Amino acid sequence: MRIPGLELEFDRLPAPLPIWRARVDADAWQVAARAVAAAGGRLVALWGADRGGREASGLAVCAAYAVADGIAWLDLPLAADRPAYPDVSAQFPCAARMQRAAADLLGIVAVGTRDTRPWLDHGAWPVGRFPLREQEPEGEVGGRAPAVDYPFVRVAGDGVHEIPVGPVHAGVIEPGHFRFSIVGEKVLRLEERLGYTHKGIERRFTELAPLEAHRLAGRVSGDSTVAYAWAYCMALETAAGCAITQRAGWLRALLLERERVANHLGDLGALGNDAALTFGLAQFSRLREDWLRASKEVFGHRLMMDCVVPGGTAVDIDTAAAQRMRADCQATLIEVKALRSIYDEHAGLQDRFMGTGQVCAELAAELGLTGLAARASGLGMDLRADHPWAPYDTLPVTAATQRGGDVAARVAVRFVELADSLVLIRALLAGLPEGEHRSAISLPAGATVGAGWIEGWRGEVFVALELDGVAQGHRIRRCHCHDPSWQNWPVLEHAVIGNIVPDFPLINKSFNLSYSGHDL
Amino acid sequence: MWKILRQIGRAGIRSEATPGYDDALRVEAEHIQRDLLATLGRALAIRHVDAGSCNGCELEIHALDNPYYNLEGLGIRFVASPRHADLLLVTGPVSRNMALALERTYDATPAPKLVVAVGDCGRDGGIFGTSYATCGGVASTVPVDIVVPGCPPAPIEILRGILTAVRRGRPASNVPPQAP
Repeated sequence: MRIPGLELEFDRLPAPLPIWRARVDADAWQVAARAVAAAGGRLVALWGADRGGREASGLAVCAAYAVADGIAWLDLPLAADRPAYPDVSAQFPCAARMQRAAADLLGIVAVGTRDTRPWLDHGAWPVGRFPLREQEPEGEVGGRAPAVDYPFVRVAGDGVHEIPVGPVHAGVIEPGHFRFSIVGEKVLRLEERLGYTHKGIERRFTELAPLEAHRLAGRVSGDSTVAYAWAYCMALETAAGCAITQRAGWLRALLLERERVANHLGDLGALGNDAALTFGLAQFSRLREDWLRASKEVFGHRLMMDCVVPGGTAVDIDTAAAQRMRADCQATLIEVKALRSIYDEHAGLQDRFMGTGQVCAELAAELGLTGLAARASGLGMDLRADHPWAPYDTLPVTAATQRGGDVAARVAVRFVELADSLVLIRALLAGLPEGEHRSAISLPAGATVGAGWIEGWRGEVFVALELDGVAQGHRIRRCHCHDPSWQNWPVLEHAVIGNIVPDFPLINKSFNLSYSGHDL
Repeated sequence: MWKILRQIGRAGIRSEATPGYDDALRVEAEHIQRDLLATLGRALAIRHVDAGSCNGCELEIHALDNPYYNLEGLGIRFVASPRHADLLLVTGPVSRNMALALERTYDATPAPKLVVAVGDCGRDGGIFGTSYATCGGVASTVPVDIVVPGCPPAPIEILRGILTAVRRGRPASNVPPQAP
């Protein structure tokens, strides 16, 4: 691992994916941001930490960049009297909200940033109090967020008016606020305000035992429970220096692909429905229900929560279950093929899909679009193909890339990935190695760090974990979970520009971003 | 069109293929319809409010609309405004950033204002507990009639919870709790 123009001493973490960590100073922090941006790298996550008395100040800011060799995790310690660091949102626009969140939670500020409005802080905790600070007194923080006027950016001009939507939305969805500035039906600007589901997950982590916190990780975003639980367990196993058995890895991949299939089935139905083809919703939701019932029978949980555990998986499968899943895959594949040809040939549906909510490849790259939506805009990134870890290193995975960047492209990516995952599941079942499905994890005596990086159905999920040693009672010092929605929410604001208001639900659904995973 | 009709025909036969589970559902469904008619004399309108959940409960509430549970076929439907709703279906630990919105939604709902709290989080905050960011269960913020535990509860359990709320109606002694 090397960042051009810098001589940094990187430590490679013993993770299944290439993740490197180095301490930097403020100058190197800035040089690194420019060098990574120039080399076409991406910002995966930016977060703050307070390590309490362990270091001089304890406060630090971290960034995880994805470069060709893997992830470079940079750690910049901050001064206690002036906890500030150089802004990186000039190089990576997606950093802006992450920096605002870090300021809300830890009181560390990005110097040079233009947007200093609070983000996750809606006024529920007093000014000058920072929930993730080590010395933060427990107890008295406990108001509720008042109704305050958030300074949305205003659009002025003849005939321009605003539509405020949320936080309680009209459908069965998560809460958030959208402020549309429109003229006639046309959207001139959309500004999101999120943070409504902020439930203190990162502080909650520090109150849980490392061997039990995978349950919390599995509830960061309910639709990505396997991806988060795996990323957390990977981070924990990395920090503990433990490996899992081959069989455990294959079973986890099986769970992850099943999660991808379940979500794509749900989204494809909902996308048909949002374009007024209720037939699509009925068909896909039936397939999804069959799929979830099978998960319940084989793994004990419809959404496969708590199936990935430290050291492996909670359950093993027998031959009968494997046989059943193989048959399910075959049947689902046939159904999806039939439904795809109906979707593809349906003029009314394609008319709504094509050209709607377009994000071109250049804009996607500039804004740091990631995951499924990035692949639909022509950016061929998929961790399973780019940095294949076990068992993906033995399986043929290609990034399902489309060029359109519109709703139609995001639908097409889902169809392709759905079929690919069904084939992958059959391969995973066919090649499932013998052995134990779970091994014991012993926590290390000293303080350690670990990281997990997983291609979930929505995009890359990243977990950075810092563990205390035995002297501090094996506490979780810091656990940061990063959802790809952080990158993709701001791109949605661009995707709707020039579209009509009634197409917003369709465009929004085609991204299907997480509120909870973002708000934490 | 021919393809769509053929697919509907094919799928219809497939969903009949699991009689055991579906028969059990059908019995339950008949009860629900009778109770609804007896209590409300019309269809039940539900307003869903996510007060801070992880989205797991929402996925299972969505499942209620699939052909297996066929919620709309029972006369139960989700509405876009609390002003049209008989019942609030609330998920999540109530985040402090959502407490006011939940309270306002409750205030905007006309009688009988039934409230069903969904999931372990809706019950008592679940794994998220009560903290600087969450008030705990739904009852911390609005009066609750029925709690459906589970993480997340299966769709049939959510349906059962809705039925129980309708059958029970609102108890007289239901007073709003103190703000947390």
